[in-house]
Amino acid sequence: MDADMTDQSNSEIKTGPAGLAGVSTEPGAKKPDPILVADNITRTFGGLTAVDVEHVEIQRGAITALIGPNGAGKTTFFNLLTGFDQPNTGSWSLEGKSLKGVAPYKVARLGMVRTFQLTKVLAKLTVIENMRLGATGQKGERFWAAPFKFLWGAQEQSVTEKADDLLARFLLDKKREDFAGSLSGGQRKLLEMARALMVDPELVMLDEPMAGVNPALKQSLLGHVKSLRDEGRTVLFVEHDMDMVRDISDWVIVMAQGKIVAEGTPAAVMADQRVIDAYLGAHHDTDLSELDEERLEAEVEAEIAQEEDSK
Amino acid sequence: MDILEILRAALQQALGPQAIVFALAAIGLNVHFGYTGLLNFGQAGFVAVGAYGMAVTVVTFDAPFWLGILMAIVAPLLLAVVLGVPTLRLRADYLAIVTIASAEVLRFVFGAVETKDTFGGSNGLNGYAGPFQRANPYSSGIDLGVVSFGRNDLWSLTVGWILVAVCCVLVWALMRSPWGRVLRSIREDEDAVRSLGKNVFAYKMQALALGGVIGGLGGMFLALKQASVVPSDYSTLMTFYAFAALLLGGAGRVMGPVIGSVLFWFLIAGLGSFFSQSAGEGGWIPEVIMSDTQASLIRYIVLGLAIMLLMIFRPQGIIGDRREIAIDGR
Amino acid sequence: MRKRLYRVLVALIGALMVLLVGAPVAAQATETPPPDATAIQVTLQDEASKDAEGNPKPIPGVTLQVSKDGKKAGEGVTDEKGVATIVVEELGKYTVTLDEKTLPKGTVLDENTKNEATVQVRFQGPNNRAIFPIGVAAGEQSSFAKDLAQNLRAGIVFALVLCLAGLGFSLIFGTTGLSNFAHGELLTFGAVMAWTFDQIFKTGGLATVSVILAGIVAVALGGLGGYVQDKVLWGPLRRRGTGLIAMMIVSIGLSIFLRYIFQYFYTSSTRSLSQYSGQQREQHWYYLGLSFADREGIIVLISLVTITTVCLWLAKSRMGKAMRAVSDNPALAASSGLRVDGVITNAWVIGGALTALAGVLYALTLQVNAFMGMRILLVIFAAVTLGGLGTIWGSLVGSLVIGLVYELGPLFGVPTSIKEVGPLLIMIVILLVRPQGILGRKERLG
Repeated sequence: MDADMTDQSNSEIKTGPAGLAGVSTEPGAKKPDPILVADNITRTFGGLTAVDVEHVEIQRGAITALIGPNGAGKTTFFNLLTGFDQPNTGSWSLEGKSLKGVAPYKVARLGMVRTFQLTKVLAKLTVIENMRLGATGQKGERFWAAPFKFLWGAQEQSVTEKADDLLARFLLDKKREDFAGSLSGGQRKLLEMARALMVDPELVMLDEPMAGVNPALKQSLLGHVKSLRDEGRTVLFVEHDMDMVRDISDWVIVMAQGKIVAEGTPAAVMADQRVIDAYLGAHHDTDLSELDEERLEAEVEAEIAQEEDSK
Repeated sequence: MDILEILRAALQQALGPQAIVFALAAIGLNVHFGYTGLLNFGQAGFVAVGAYGMAVTVVTFDAPFWLGILMAIVAPLLLAVVLGVPTLRLRADYLAIVTIASAEVLRFVFGAVETKDTFGGSNGLNGYAGPFQRANPYSSGIDLGVVSFGRNDLWSLTVGWILVAVCCVLVWALMRSPWGRVLRSIREDEDAVRSLGKNVFAYKMQALALGGVIGGLGGMFLALKQASVVPSDYSTLMTFYAFAALLLGGAGRVMGPVIGSVLFWFLIAGLGSFFSQSAGEGGWIPEVIMSDTQASLIRYIVLGLAIMLLMIFRPQGIIGDRREIAIDGR
Repeated sequence: MRKRLYRVLVALIGALMVLLVGAPVAAQATETPPPDATAIQVTLQDEASKDAEGNPKPIPGVTLQVSKDGKKAGEGVTDEKGVATIVVEELGKYTVTLDEKTLPKGTVLDENTKNEATVQVRFQGPNNRAIFPIGVAAGEQSSFAKDLAQNLRAGIVFALVLCLAGLGFSLIFGTTGLSNFAHGELLTFGAVMAWTFDQIFKTGGLATVSVILAGIVAVALGGLGGYVQDKVLWGPLRRRGTGLIAMMIVSIGLSIFLRYIFQYFYTSSTRSLSQYSGQQREQHWYYLGLSFADREGIIVLISLVTITTVCLWLAKSRMGKAMRAVSDNPALAASSGLRVDGVITNAWVIGGALTALAGVLYALTLQVNAFMGMRILLVIFAAVTLGGLGTIWGSLVGSLVIGLVYELGPLFGVPTSIKEVGPLLIMIVILLVRPQGILGRKERLG
């Protein structure tokens, strides 16, 4: 299931990036082959409406970016879709299965796996143990089977092999036996992504995969995200790094103040006046592509640092 | 000052029934707190339910002895479910408060005049341990030079230490498995585990039940050993003793609670003996500074101090690994 | 003349204490003209059978023996008022034994009552009493309305004590996030300090205001204690980045440590503060059908004034606002230039002082004991969680509810010996159903 295959299936349903050609750029536009569909999702905190999404579809086999200024509700929307938070209203479905009220762990088992804005690697487990944890359907995770190694030893072996493959791919094999807590911020992002892949997800949801990652690692991370698409997976990610958005996304959805304000290809979106308004407020005359990226990044990093402090 | 006497008192307790009861309670706590990160401050409740589960079955309901043993396991299991279903979603400190309150409520109810017909009031229950005592295969006690145990104690100790060993092996086998890996991951970050498709609640419940049942075995053993159950034994101090033993040995290690409990009772009894010899008549500490009653309090003062200092300076205990111990929850 | 008046007063206050606190105490001194000799007094009354005016029936002709260190020290027989006065030679600890064979037919001691009582003869004169409850259990069911009024009164007083302690807890919890298991000991600290200084002052020229002065000193020391705790223990732990759970366990260690230190110096026996000698007599104030004695009135007044002051201070003053800001969001407060550490120190000082005040007032209603704080620790927890952990208004409302439940529970079937159960159950339910409390806000996720 790579780009070639999707081209062959053109005649029926247009899957992957190719299917996005000619899709309307209105917010909530219909996609030819949506994997995830959400309707009327609202979430309020006290008097503040954090998320108010009327309709959104995510194209299967494509990389979709979710962008927007700080406080636009992107992460909250992520939490809602993956079951980590409950919306006040709305319904959404993955591959036609409703996810409303479904517990986060079941969402993950259905094939939608997420990462977190502030990485959640298990610092006091080794890298390889982190990876093994990701594997699904482990017999040894059942209470009654757990004490008896002959029941799960073989499976553990195959899980480990798979984990080692992924670690090699993500250049973490040298860190295999280290505690995950000793990894750098960028390596943690890599580990979290690799661990998510242990679940074999259909849809990978990455919450700011580039935040805090040094430039040297960025390129390899970009490559990994692209390779996910090449394997036929769908990727939805939240990002502030406009380079990344421009480089790898097939489709961009823009949120502001909880609503989806624009959609389209990266180029189209970055030229969209609504998007510029959303980002810059008063600075109408500035082109988004000239957006003061450094300032924005600094802002995000400060935010993260602060949140980490308060933890 | 009789050093040998101090040593004898300390060893007697360190190898004796008290150490076994608290080793079992602490092994249970280790599953809760050491591995899963569940802050259960109501372990005394599980221990009490184990003891009362057996005593009530045999004494109040006149059921056979083996059913009493079974109930000593079933009752903590039930308590875990009743307590766990609503509380396992709570934040760590809320869970601590709910569990400590539940354990206290249980103790109050067990000791109340109004429930005397069932639980025996403040005098508790007795007269159920006959079959256990009759099963004693030893014909005499044992004298190990420094310490000696009578015939009945020897039998209790044999059963008790076997129980401890079995529980340790079970915990060891479980914690090296993927199941144990999930628990340790939950200890660190529930959400990460959830995001990988694991049913965190189910695992926490299993951990709570397992640790509770092991604690309940401690209660059953205590009840068999002293042939009576008394509500005042199961105060919050019991939970905190068990915590102290666990922290001393090392949370998150299979042998941590056992080593901790043995050492804990060694120190407590040794200190008690030392100060009771030092104070009062014939001691070197003047009566004005420390009387006999005051000497018996020193052990508690040291206990409090030890919990504080351990937590501050060596949270991993004697055999724990600092990098691995997770006592920095929210 | 003065001396005599004093004695009558003491006896009267003693009698009122019994009525007020609602404790089921049966034997009680009445107005027997006392010889000046030091003596132990026993009054035997059958609480189960009362005359038309509601006074319990005296039990005459019962033999009582007094011994000290196993040696006989005196003997007495109750007169027609049920009173026996047994003269002893010196102060000290005596054992009073009631000869059950001399009890009239049909009269028995209550269940759980021994025929022996230990008396600490601490005062010159006859005001050293031994108590043998008779018919109390039966007598208790006498008048529901009267009991209700009594318990309601006790409930209000207890609720205000809880309020103060809860306020202290909330300030500390709000600013630091610490569920302080040693909070009960802060309360005990206030009480034992008040007792200690009361002992010191009452022998000097300040005897008339001894309790008041001792209370003030105890509150000041409570504040100082909070300051020292923060500087020596909690502050350094915070700066080391110690987690909250670790700190909670440290607080358990501290709680055990302090509790037994108190017991070390004050033993496990129970003591009372000396009486208000400054009052001419103990009067009752009637309010909404409840009668408050001076003592209780003063407790109510002091706590209300203190609570109001603290609330106003939190609402208006710079430091108060800073404290609320830190409670709300420490990171934000820090980044807006607040000296969070200073605010926390303040919270400890004020929290410590408030809790010590609660201890002093609690010691006035009850007695001083090394375990008094620990016994109500979970009740304090219940009060603050009911209202919403860390919220000031919440802890006030929560305390009121819990205080009343605590004292009224026994009227509605909660056994008196375990009246903590009501508050604890409420707390458990609240934490399960609405962990943010009845007035708290739901925490924001993600």
